[in-house]
Amino acid sequence: MPQISQLAATYASQIFWLLVFFGFTFIVIGRGMVPKVMATVEARDNQIAGDLAAAEAARKAADAEEEAWRVQSNAQRAQAQALIAKAKADAAKASEKSLAKANAKLDLQIGEAEARIADARAGALTEIETVASAAAADIAQRLAGLSVDAKAAKAAVKEALNG
Amino acid sequence: MAAEQAKVDPMHQFTIEPLFGTDHWSIAGYSIPFTNSALWMAISTVVMLVFVLGGMKRQLVPGRWQMAVESMTGFIDNLLAANIGPAGKKYVPYVFSLFMFILLANMLGLLPLALVGVHPFTFTSHFSATAVLAVMTFSIVLIVGFWRHGFHFFSLFVPHGTPVWLLWLIPVIELVSFLVRPFSLALRLFVAMMAGHLLLEVLSSFVISGFNSGSGVGGIVGVLSFVLMVSICALEILVAGIQAYVFALLTSLYINDAENLH
Repeated sequence: MPQISQLAATYASQIFWLLVFFGFTFIVIGRGMVPKVMATVEARDNQIAGDLAAAEAARKAADAEEEAWRVQSNAQRAQAQALIAKAKADAAKASEKSLAKANAKLDLQIGEAEARIADARAGALTEIETVASAAAADIAQRLAGLSVDAKAAKAAVKEALNG
Repeated sequence: MAAEQAKVDPMHQFTIEPLFGTDHWSIAGYSIPFTNSALWMAISTVVMLVFVLGGMKRQLVPGRWQMAVESMTGFIDNLLAANIGPAGKKYVPYVFSLFMFILLANMLGLLPLALVGVHPFTFTSHFSATAVLAVMTFSIVLIVGFWRHGFHFFSLFVPHGTPVWLLWLIPVIELVSFLVRPFSLALRLFVAMMAGHLLLEVLSSFVISGFNSGSGVGGIVGVLSFVLMVSICALEILVAGIQAYVFALLTSLYINDAENLH
């Protein structure tokens, strides 16, 4: 077994050269190069994390913008609806008013006309009564030779007319 | 035939040989020849350097190579984050180096380079190498533990909810299990690597001697051994990854003890 039989002759060489080459490996590769490799990895990880965070922030901003736009458009729509409703109400009120006015005017005219008709009828009736009582008094005088005074004749005619 | 069979020595692959005539190199009386083991440590280092360099383009959208390197560092980062928490970040360079170094050592040692006449050497199959890695991890645990918690670090040996009447026993058991850690760490990797290579070598010697025997039974043994060898090669690739992962995982668990006690 050379590991044991050669130990006395070779241990110094083994230890020396292992320390030389492992020392070189540790100092040049381990201390010198590995941290740079790991720094590269870390820089990449950071950049990816940063990019992801930026994308997330942009997404949030877009969401907020959309929300704001929706709120604004809702408000504008509500405003427009209110305007339309108001215009409708105004128009309805105005037409109601003018209708009422026209109604009142018509009512007045109809009332006047009815009064005139009533007057005319009353006038006509009085006239008929007068003429009928005069005619009745006249008839009574000619036929019966009675002289009927005007008042009695009028009362009799009125009674006959009105039943 | 007998002479040929004698040449197949399954342990020969673990022999350390000085290369390029560097036998006489030494520092302060210790001989440090540049061996085949050191060569494969160097190859592991270079392969790892090339691999990580390919991931240094630092592009925002990574290419395949950069993606591969980043997934390895991310794997170690997750491992430490899961086992230690946020404090684990500062150990990524060490655990990453450790994991990749062991993984490449294990994997490169399995390359079928013998086909082109080069013999790969798995230095993680030597406990003199794995022990250095284990001692480094254990030292980090001790240093971090005493640095952060001072003598309070010894409370590690008294787990929460220990009954008072067991206070004389539990700390001893905990202390032993703590002190065994560097040995288990080093021996696990060394044994797993050595056993795998040994098994492959033994099976290959069965294949060779089975076919060379010329008999029908020998041929059957050879074919069966070959099939088994192919599947064990696949298993060894898995073991190479698992052992590197286990080493890194246990290192992170031990450092967790030092960072957070428990």
